[in-house]
Amino acid sequence: MKPAHRSRRRGAPAALRWPAIATLLAAAFATSPPAAPPAAAAANPASFAANCGTKPVTLQGYFETGFPGTVELTKLFTKQYPNVTWKIREDPFAVITQDAPLVLSSPNPPDLMRTPQITGLVKDHILLNLDRFYKIFGWDKFPASDLEQLRVDPSGRPQGVGPVWAMGINYSMTGVFYNKALAAKVGIKLPPATLAQLDEDMAKAKAAGVLPVEQFDSAGNGGLIFPLQYLMADYTIAASGSVQPINAWVLDQPHATIVTHANLLAVEHLDQWIKDGYFNADANAVPYSTMMARFEHGQGLFIFDGDWESGNLDHNFPGKYGFFLFPPLKAGGKQAAMSAPLTYGIPATAKHASCAAYFLNWVQTNPAARALNVAVYGSNPGGPASLPIPPVKPGTVTAQTLAAGRVIAKEDGAMGFIANAAGPIDAEAWTPAVQKLFGGQITPQAVLTTVQADYEQELSAP
Amino acid sequence: MRPSRARGAARHAWLFVVPAVSAYALFVLWPIVQTFKYSFYNWDGVSTATWAGWQNYKTVFSNSQLLAVIGHSFELMLFFSAVPIILGLAVATVMRRFATGRVSAVARTVLFLPQVVPLVAAGIAWSWMLSSTGAVDEVLTHIGLGSLAQAWLGGFNTALPAVGVIGAWVLLGLCTVLLLTGMSKIDPMLYEAAQLDGASPLREFISITLPELRQEIGVCVTVTVIAALSAFDIVYISTQGGPGNATMVPGLEIYELAFYNRQVGLASALAVVLMALVLACIMPVQWLTKRGARP
Repeated sequence: MKPAHRSRRRGAPAALRWPAIATLLAAAFATSPPAAPPAAAAANPASFAANCGTKPVTLQGYFETGFPGTVELTKLFTKQYPNVTWKIREDPFAVITQDAPLVLSSPNPPDLMRTPQITGLVKDHILLNLDRFYKIFGWDKFPASDLEQLRVDPSGRPQGVGPVWAMGINYSMTGVFYNKALAAKVGIKLPPATLAQLDEDMAKAKAAGVLPVEQFDSAGNGGLIFPLQYLMADYTIAASGSVQPINAWVLDQPHATIVTHANLLAVEHLDQWIKDGYFNADANAVPYSTMMARFEHGQGLFIFDGDWESGNLDHNFPGKYGFFLFPPLKAGGKQAAMSAPLTYGIPATAKHASCAAYFLNWVQTNPAARALNVAVYGSNPGGPASLPIPPVKPGTVTAQTLAAGRVIAKEDGAMGFIANAAGPIDAEAWTPAVQKLFGGQITPQAVLTTVQADYEQELSAP
Repeated sequence: MRPSRARGAARHAWLFVVPAVSAYALFVLWPIVQTFKYSFYNWDGVSTATWAGWQNYKTVFSNSQLLAVIGHSFELMLFFSAVPIILGLAVATVMRRFATGRVSAVARTVLFLPQVVPLVAAGIAWSWMLSSTGAVDEVLTHIGLGSLAQAWLGGFNTALPAVGVIGAWVLLGLCTVLLLTGMSKIDPMLYEAAQLDGASPLREFISITLPELRQEIGVCVTVTVIAALSAFDIVYISTQGGPGNATMVPGLEIYELAFYNRQVGLASALAVVLMALVLACIMPVQWLTKRGARP
């Protein structure tokens, strides 16, 4: 009897099990398909007082971990506007990126949020169109190039045109950082005037037993696209006189392609650097933080990085590091750098949208805020072109990066990051491609064709 | 009276079961059904979904990258299943024969510790150890094998096996403890009889230990195969699927498709295929181990 008794208790009989599953499936499919949340009433333009008023306001912020400058700015804002207090939540970049659509479309979104990617959010109508503040705050006086990457067609693409959907807390810029002591040890004079001179410097470093470039390139952080994009800019400027073809690709312009002869020369140049052993052999396993730690501990003559490290290097290692723009192909030629705003957006249904917008404008125009921004971040604080950049100590890395920013602005050499084109192309295409190039798994031509294929697939997605 | 009392008791029994069944239905069954439903739509997680029919499944079975990702899971099975079970059998046999009392207890605890350590912490620790400046390369250098030293998680040929080693380390203790428990249930008289018949330790192992451990081995295979097919934490922390896509596994691909690429439909289809794959691997194991199991 025992076995029979046990088998009876083992579970519901099949006659019951299958109808139960069928009922669940039927119930699921009977419900309507996944749908957009009901269009909540967007903040009413008529109610925009272009300030935070005098009544107590609690602004909810959702910021990126590791950027304490933004929190410092909120504290300064509260000091100047005591009726405004902040409730801030912070998460790492990856979490913010993945959660942005859900957070922005939730019934209780924050008033201000770090929004690394804005095209998908614009397409879903969950970001506030900031054009309504454009004239109120005089953003037409801001450099047009600063706002270009913040403009998106309401359909989600292309970028670079249409309304403004986010603002930058500041505008970062990239180049080459170097270790002064190692440069002296190798016996090189910096900055190099041409790409060929940079090649020579790297060769000298290698010969002297100094690692030429400390590089991060681990999964999710395909850092090799930094030097790659510098090289692309050099060869593209040589071929067409400007970085416009690269920017057209970054901004998802119709028919833009990255498969060009100039870009092929750039990838081949990078491939030669890899084969010459100019990078740390373990780059594919090195995350950004490890690269910085090693560079700060004296490993590597150069790193390809951005001015967000200027404040850190000046504060923690005064006088030990320097910065220069990536050299042009020919002496005296145009120089280029990646430049991008540290973007923050306002949800379409934010409760205190006008106050959040006022904060975004204040950050870029208030002298104290601009000074704090430069001191903490070391980046261009944006704002109207007529406003002076807050003074910094001469000879510091921050002074060098800010001066380099003026060169890039003058030569119209600012580029958006190729990693920011077409949705998740960084993780999906660029990182695997440059990792494979580093590992000798694919050819330079294949790097471009695989990325372009992914780009076109992404842009053709409904 | 008796049938009526029995029916009443049955009703009361159901009342006790209802909370657990409700929770299971709400948090397990309903999400599975919803995932199945989403797999038939194109949806970015926010806007209104559009019907896709079987297209997402066609993509899963025709996209070479997604198929390669599934293939990586089968490679991981070697490390997550075969290595811990074979090593676990060896360790458990040695412990049963030679380690007694306090030594056995300490050994069991040490081996089981990886199960207690959060996988994220284990992943980070192993990432450090397997880096080019980590403990593994230092040991190799000290014993004269410096030429082999490398960034194990950054090499195209070494990354997947390195991830597998982490998985094997995590699961070895679980398998050993399960197998040891199974061994303790084996009637000692069987071994005595075998020894009287002059059986060697190897013969004892093959003729007594292995057959008697059929169910425990079945549990080990089930748990470790599921761990291999649904691997996420270790891969996410140690390599994030790289270099290239050398260590990309279905669990991580589903996560990236859903939350980064915002292709919820395709992610759901891959999740359904993964679930079917797990069942296809596990059900034969269950059937085989239940056949001829100890009464």
